[in-house]
Amino acid sequence: MMGFIWFWLVAVMIVGYVVLDGFDLGVGVLHLFLARNEAERGATLRSIGPVWDGNEVWLLAGGGTLYFAFPLLYASAFSGFYLPLMIVLWLLILRGVSLELRNHLDMGVWLGLLDGIFGLASAMLTIFFGAALANVLRGVPLQADGYFFLPLWTNWQPGTNPGILDWYTVIGGLVALVALTLHGALWLTIKTSGELEQRARKVVTPLWLLLIVFTVVSLIATMAVRPTSLDNYYRYPVTFIVPVGVIASLAAIWLLNRKGQAVKAFLASCLYLFFMLAGACWGVYPTLLPATTGAQNDITLSRALSGPHTLAVGLAWWSFGMTLALAYVIFVYSRFRGKADAGVESH
Amino acid sequence: MTAELIHRLHFAFTVTFHYLFPQLTMGLALLIVVLKTVALKTGNEEWDRAARFWGKIFGINFVFGVVTGIPMEFEFGTNWARFSRLSGGVIGQPLAMEGVFSFFLESAFLGLFLYGEKRLSKTLHWFSAVMVFVGSWISGFFIIVTDAWMQHPVAYAHMPNGQYEVLSFWQLLLNPWALLQYAHNMTGAVVTASFVMAATGAFYLLEGRFTECGCDYGHIFLKVGVIAGLISTILIIFPTGDLHGKYVARNQPASIAAMEGLFKTEAGAGIVLVGQPNEETGQIDNPIVVNDVLSFLIYGTTKAEVKGLDQFPRDQWPTTLPLLYYAYHIMAGLGTYFVLLMIGAALMLWRGRLYSSRWMLWALLISFPLPYIANTAGWMTAEIGRQPWLIYGLMRTSEGFSSTVSASNGLFTLLGFMGLYALLGLLFTVLVYREISHGPEPKAVEAVHAD
Repeated sequence: MMGFIWFWLVAVMIVGYVVLDGFDLGVGVLHLFLARNEAERGATLRSIGPVWDGNEVWLLAGGGTLYFAFPLLYASAFSGFYLPLMIVLWLLILRGVSLELRNHLDMGVWLGLLDGIFGLASAMLTIFFGAALANVLRGVPLQADGYFFLPLWTNWQPGTNPGILDWYTVIGGLVALVALTLHGALWLTIKTSGELEQRARKVVTPLWLLLIVFTVVSLIATMAVRPTSLDNYYRYPVTFIVPVGVIASLAAIWLLNRKGQAVKAFLASCLYLFFMLAGACWGVYPTLLPATTGAQNDITLSRALSGPHTLAVGLAWWSFGMTLALAYVIFVYSRFRGKADAGVESH
Repeated sequence: MTAELIHRLHFAFTVTFHYLFPQLTMGLALLIVVLKTVALKTGNEEWDRAARFWGKIFGINFVFGVVTGIPMEFEFGTNWARFSRLSGGVIGQPLAMEGVFSFFLESAFLGLFLYGEKRLSKTLHWFSAVMVFVGSWISGFFIIVTDAWMQHPVAYAHMPNGQYEVLSFWQLLLNPWALLQYAHNMTGAVVTASFVMAATGAFYLLEGRFTECGCDYGHIFLKVGVIAGLISTILIIFPTGDLHGKYVARNQPASIAAMEGLFKTEAGAGIVLVGQPNEETGQIDNPIVVNDVLSFLIYGTTKAEVKGLDQFPRDQWPTTLPLLYYAYHIMAGLGTYFVLLMIGAALMLWRGRLYSSRWMLWALLISFPLPYIANTAGWMTAEIGRQPWLIYGLMRTSEGFSSTVSASNGLFTLLGFMGLYALLGLLFTVLVYREISHGPEPKAVEAVHAD
């Protein structure tokens, strides 16, 4: 029971991170293309200025929760995915610093460079996150002691000797790139106005079409790489609500955006991300990290779970703390609600 | 280079660089609350602008602290997997609590503090400054709890699979080691912030800035910096440093012997002020010693016996012993200088001579990097002093690093961090210097911007 609870609590925190920091990353990708002048670029980035580091906290809090609830998984996955994680850290550093510098200070000639770094780091982060999820779905060459180490690439095939990047995980990365860019575009339709808002709305449709294609391709590829993905769904047919949710939220994004209901379209995109991630989690449950070296090496929920005292202690403060945290998050978003670019003309 | 050494250097380098930022943000958060409180009570706009100026410095610092802090949590898993696997059930908790209880709070209210002044009432803006302070100090607490458990493990059980688990939430948080270390460490953060603020004030006065427009930022910064500096430099020695030292002596006797360079057990042990420990001969070369002082400092009597390194088997001596000894002496020496400097500055402030004394202003200005060195040396004392243990008495450092991550891969990313952090360090210095030379907004400019 504790295992079930903590699995979903960690999953919720990961979804929280993807939904919230996801639009920061999407805005990062888009601002290079959508903003035509300095004022517009400033407005684009101000839409995430007050919230991005709070959004990144979900990654830290989720990582910490994973750490104490599933220490074996944390130790195994973090050391096994050593190289890509270090690259993710560098990208997070570059993104945070470049965004904050250009938001706060008059950077003169360096502005263009910072914008470029910010955009590129955001795009690469989306790809890495997507590829990371795909790595988990595909499985890794776990040894009997619960450890593994993956090179960045081998022969680009998801076989028994995989690398971080192969054709399957690259597809995963591209799905994330498109999904989060769309997510960012929808955020911009809420937070910006005038021509910028129009441009953001226009870019939604092509991104949306692309996302449908990639979603379908990734689902087929997942079935090919991991044929057991639907077993849980057949066992509990009611859970087919998840793929239905994916389709419904995709449809809602397009319809609501066309009607100009920006907030609702954005929420539909949140739902899409939720259903995709929850669907993937459910597809592997109760395995946390499948082994390509045979199922006996899988890191399963029961194998990775912390001791009962740890989990009981954790549940008490976690519920209290996350309730508080949600209150701050809601408070901040309500304080900064509405268009972020008011007053662009006056400067 | 062995994998163990690389992984130690990896963590040591990234955490040392990281802690250059939080020590200022935590201390500055308190001083900003002071500035905002005076502004709120007196309605004096100048103090509000002073707070806004330090808010900008805080903001830059905060971002550098955040981006260099994320790697720290990751490195527990990436570089110290075997340690994390066994101890994650315990130390993962305070690390997760930091995110849940502190970072959400801090980031939420920092957003309001930096971006929301026009959208909030004066009281609510003051409140957000207070919440940023609370958030950053909670964050420090959870990190100290994590470290304290490695220094002095409490409230744990050893499970059959080798993992440790928490038995009591409150005992974990109220670990006596954590409380003492927290008090000492947070005082250290206030020392850094007060030196930085006082130095900035001294800089403005020496340059003759902000004297014409009738706003005395130099005076404000010196006043707050010197008063906070006087209080914190006293507190860092007594009682926080004193109590913490005594607790270390009781619980990690080999560490204190190595810190003090005490090779032989002595009754009425003296304190070494200067000298180089020689591990081969078991002596201090070129020593200047004050008799009986060490016994007095630890046990309150000049005759007490203090255990020397000769009481401990060689494999329990802290590794890199001379570095530990120097780190400790640098910390203690600088701490003594700080309190003398601040007493002098405070006396001159009281007599009304500080603002015109160029030599004292110069002394304050050039002393600002020293608390960074002292804080770093203090942490090196704590962490090297714990060696050869990763969890004191339970797990050796050689048993904790990731065995699947080779020395070569570790070196690759260590070099990557060094390059990136060199760049960040330069960038940070340029940015903060620009902010400081620009200074708080004088009144005239303020009027134009108030649209």
